[in-house]
Formats: sequence, structure tokens, C-alpha cells
Amino acid sequence: MDLKDKLLASFMAFENQVDIDNPVHEIRSEAIRIFENKGFPHRRMEAWKYTSLAGLQQVDFSIFPKESQGLEYKDVKRYFLHETDTYKIVFIDGIYSSYLSETTHDGVDICLMSAALNKPMYKPVIELYFNRAASREDSLTNLNTAFTREGAYIYIPKNKAPRKPVEILHLATGNEASLMLQPRNLIVVEENAELQVIERHQSLTTNEVLTNSVTEIFAGQNAIVDYYKVQNDKQSASLIDNTYIDQKKGSQVSVHTFSFGGKLTRNNLNFHQDGQHVNSVLKGVTILGEKQHVDHHTLVHHQQPDSESHQDYKGIFGEQSTGVFNGKIIVDRIAQKTNAFQQNNNLLISDKSSVNTKPQLEIFADDVKCSHGCTVGQLDRDALYYLRTKGIPKREAEALLMYAFANNVLESVRIPALKLRINKLIADKLEVRLGFDL
Amino acid sequence: MLKIKDLHAGVEDKKILKGIDLEMKPGEIHAIMGPNGSGKSTLASVITGKEDFEVTQGKILFEGEDLDDLSPEERAHRGIFLSFQYPVEIPGVTVTNFMKTAINETRKARGLEEMPANEMLRQIREKAELLEIDRKFLSRSLNEGFSGGEKKRNEIFQMAMLEPKLAILDETDSGLDIDALRVVAAGVNRLRNQENAFLVITHYQRLLDYIVPDFVHVMHDGKIVKSGTKDLALELEEKGYDWIKQEAVL
Repeated sequence: MDLKDKLLASFMAFENQVDIDNPVHEIRSEAIRIFENKGFPHRRMEAWKYTSLAGLQQVDFSIFPKESQGLEYKDVKRYFLHETDTYKIVFIDGIYSSYLSETTHDGVDICLMSAALNKPMYKPVIELYFNRAASREDSLTNLNTAFTREGAYIYIPKNKAPRKPVEILHLATGNEASLMLQPRNLIVVEENAELQVIERHQSLTTNEVLTNSVTEIFAGQNAIVDYYKVQNDKQSASLIDNTYIDQKKGSQVSVHTFSFGGKLTRNNLNFHQDGQHVNSVLKGVTILGEKQHVDHHTLVHHQQPDSESHQDYKGIFGEQSTGVFNGKIIVDRIAQKTNAFQQNNNLLISDKSSVNTKPQLEIFADDVKCSHGCTVGQLDRDALYYLRTKGIPKREAEALLMYAFANNVLESVRIPALKLRINKLIADKLEVRLGFDL
Repeated sequence: MLKIKDLHAGVEDKKILKGIDLEMKPGEIHAIMGPNGSGKSTLASVITGKEDFEVTQGKILFEGEDLDDLSPEERAHRGIFLSFQYPVEIPGVTVTNFMKTAINETRKARGLEEMPANEMLRQIREKAELLEIDRKFLSRSLNEGFSGGEKKRNEIFQMAMLEPKLAILDETDSGLDIDALRVVAAGVNRLRNQENAFLVITHYQRLLDYIVPDFVHVMHDGKIVKSGTKDLALELEEKGYDWIKQEAVL
């Protein structure tokens, strides 16, 4: 049985485990029908030209994880941003771990999707927001929607800001031979509210893990949301991340994606600007080796006038790694005075690595500023010679240049402990021993 | 200190240096002058080991050692320094961090411990002051957005920090106004001693009013066609390079 058939068959079993009288179940049922019609995306589709899911569909994934064995905090501490205090929402093999988590209902709700779906007090928020930003067409998003059961639920009411960042950590222990996970996160940040989130998927096993994640983020008027994705998974772990952001007037949302590992990673990052004076920031640092593959597909849809978007993605590709950047910007006819900036720079440091980069602009307004640029190259020979004549050996000079290249994306990271951590991850990844902080 | 014997070098099929002979002793300042395209900068690149150039004949000895098999960094570790005509912009690396890395890598290559952080800071401040470099300047990205004068001043600052035995100054005067020129020249003169030597490459005589050479060599078409004392530089200033070219043809 291939993966699609297995998933369709599993849906019936899934229905026995959830409350099918819940209005959300109508959305699930509709979603599974769409997935059944569309199936998995394939390489004949333009958006999937460079990323093949064919291999993953051959794997006999377990769809329903068994109750996981307990993990000690000390075993997984390094995957947390333990240098600073945070709220934590932790899942082990898709199942919530209250032992490792630190949630709150103190003025804000930082808790679980399963609780939000089942408790009447959350019903108004679920009705208003659930599946309102996610694509109704994308087959993998529909697949996730169909199996909606667990994930992070964060609700920050008007004028509130939690006093510390939230970490969402998905751990896979591999008690199953191979495991497919489908977390579903809903994040609502109301008018003038603020939130910082760090999200990470981490496999602790050499067994195959496939995660098909959907996150919906709603930023109300003048809300400020900073979202950081840390992707540094094992060579046996693959991730399809679908993130949908809906921004109201005056809101500022930034998403930083740090992709340093994993077998196959596909980031579908979608910003919908539904208001004036909106600011969207999309940044990425990708540093790959081995046969790793990362595909960034971004979409920024400017639907109202006077708004901005700023995209800056840097990639360094070694060994046989491959990368994709596809940045789509749509500016609607009424979205005058839009200022959209997009930049994608790549370094290939091995003969066998490759990257495909493509800007895709659809501009229907006439008074806009849109700039885009992409480069694919090697390290600057003149810069290397310059550094070497001043006594810095070739290897160190190369590392220094790569480090500087990737590191300037970090300037906008607003959690100092995270910035330092990513800084070190970049240095480790490039095998640089630097006697200073840049 | 430096002995260049019958040096021929070029890029691919193009010959640029066509038989250079030059000897420099510790404590000496040599100036190399000559019209554009005569091979002055190529000579600097070949001495410092730029990989684009191939030595086809002759050799360069530094303190008796043949430089041919040495990488640019190995030459630097032995005490050869080049102040670039066009310093390269390196975004994301601050002047201070670059300097720390260069100093400590050089020390490591020489079998020395890393310089303690407070000593490093003290030296950076002291040398920056010598070249009238503002503190804020040290935390800027290396050469990025620097004016021509700032770039050259920064090169001499690096030289002051690295204390080379042989410093090659490639067109250090170009792009400098007279005040900056004075500061840079004063810096060079302060660093001058009986153990080190300077090779000053310049198109104009102006710099040599401030950094007074012991010897002046004139290059034309890849060769040193005339050598003399500082008076030769004055003569060139007065007559231009045409008479040298004509002499060379004869």
C-alpha cells in the first residue's frame, strides 16, 4: 500500500479517536476529500520541480504513534534554549509531554491544540481562526488539516505580551520503525499584543521521520510577532513546513528560518497582508552538507496599500547538498505604495552542490517599489588573497568569509540567547573556530 | 633581506615582469616608480604570492629562503606585508576582529601563544592613535564604505599591528589628500627601524617628500631600467617618464 492509500485508510481509524460531532470535524472531512483528489505533489508541478517526495512515499510510515516512553529533561536539554527562561510546549512522537512543558493561562493561553479543540471556552477563537489562513487548495496542507488533533495553541489577547518567549519542540524518539507526524499549530496575537516563538523539530532516532506541519499565525492590528524556526535535524528526518500568516493593519511579523540539517526540508512560508502599513520580514540562513536538501518557497501577498516586505535568504551549499529558493511576490492592484524587497545569495563550496533560485513577481499596481536580486557564486578570490597576505591561512580565511556572509542575517534576531546559539551553530557547521563574536 | 634575481612572471600567456633584479637590506627604503602598466603592482603581487601570477624564470629569496613554494599566508608569517592599492571590502568582519584573527594566526604560525585580549586591545588603541584612527572606525566592517583615505590609513594601521620585516606599500599615496598623506607618512616613519625594510611603489614623487627613500628604481615594460638615489625621483618629477622610455628603447 502506498502512503496516500495508507493515509486515507487511516483516516477512518482516526475518526474513531476524535469527536466527530465537533464542527472542526467537518473541516477535517472536507480536507481529506481534497487530499484524496489531489494526492501528493509531484515533480511535474512547477512548485515541486526541484523537490521530490517520491522516495518518502515508499517508506512504510506509522501514522499513529504509540504512547512514547518518557524522556528525561537532561537528555533533551540541548534542544531547548536553556540559557534563557521560556514557556515550553513539548511533544514526543506527536503526543504532548506535560512533564517537559511549561504552559500558562495567566492572561494569555500558551497550551495545546487538543485542549483548544475540545473545551467550550476556546470555541469562539477556534471558530474565528482555525483553518482561516491555511490554504484550501494545497494538498499537503489539507492532509494536515484532515488529521488535526494536536499541536501548539497560543492565544495572546489584546494589549498583552507574555513575559518570555515560547518554545515549541517536537521530538521524535523512533519507537516506531518510521514515523509520520502532523502537528497543527494555531497562533493568534490580537491587537497591540506581542509574541516571540522558537520552533524546532528534532529526531532522536536514525529511523525515518516525516513531519508535515501546518502553522497558522494571525497578527491583529499593530501586533508584533517574531517567529524563529530552527531546522538542524538528523539525516533521517524530513520536514514539510507550511506556515500561513495573516496580518492586519500596522502589524509586524518576522519569520527567521535557520536550516542547517535534515534529509529533505520544504518550507512553504506564506504571508498575507490584509491591512495598510503592514511589515513582513522573511529571513533565512541555510548551511548544508552531505546530501541534504532544503527548498524555500515564499509567498508575500500585498493586498492593501502602504505596506512593506523584506526578504533576505542566504545559503551555503557544500558536498552534495542542494537548495531551492522560490520567492513569489504578489502586489494587488489596490496595493499602491508597496515596498517589496527580496534578496537571495548563495555560495556553492563544492563542485557537486547546486542551487536553483527564482524570483516570481506578479505586480498589478503601478506605484510600487519592488526589488529583487539573486546570486550564486563562489568565495571572492580577491578577498581571500587579501586576508591571506595579512597572515590568515586559506582555510580560516574561507571560513571567515562564509561566516560573515551568513551571519549578517542574524542582525534582526531579537532574542539575544538565540542569536548567540545560532551564531555558534553557524560556526560549528562551518567548522570555524573564531576567537571572537562577530 | 630581499633578493630578487632575474624574475620573469606573467598571467597565462602574457609576460609582465621581464627580468627584475633587486636587493634590499634591513633598514633600507626603496622606491619603485614608473608609468602605469610598467609592472609595479605585479611585482608586489608576485612577492606576496598571488596565485594568478606564474613565475616563469628567476627567483625571490627572503632572508635566504626561496619564496616560490610558499603560500601568501606563509610569506606573511615570515614577515612580508602588502599595503594594497585597492583594499578589498569585507562586509561582516569588523576591523578589530580581522586584526585579532590576523595577529593570532600569525603568532600561531610562529609557535607563539595567542595574544592576551587586554594586550591586543591596548595595542589596537595605541596603533589606531598613531594613525589618528577614530575608535568607532574599528567596529566597522573591514573597508566597507571606507573612503579612499580611510582604506589606506587602515592598511598602514594593519602594518603597525603586524610589524612586518618587509613592508610593500603599493600606491599608498593615491587617493590621499595632503593631510592624510602626512599622517600615513608619519606612521611609516615611526615604524621604521634598522631591522625592517620598505618597498614603496608610487607613480608620483610626492610621497617621497615624506618617506625619504635610500634608493629609487624606475620600472618600464617589466624591467628596472634605472636605479639611483632620491635625486632620481626629483628628476622624474621634472622631466616625466618619456625620457626613461626613450632611453630604454635605445
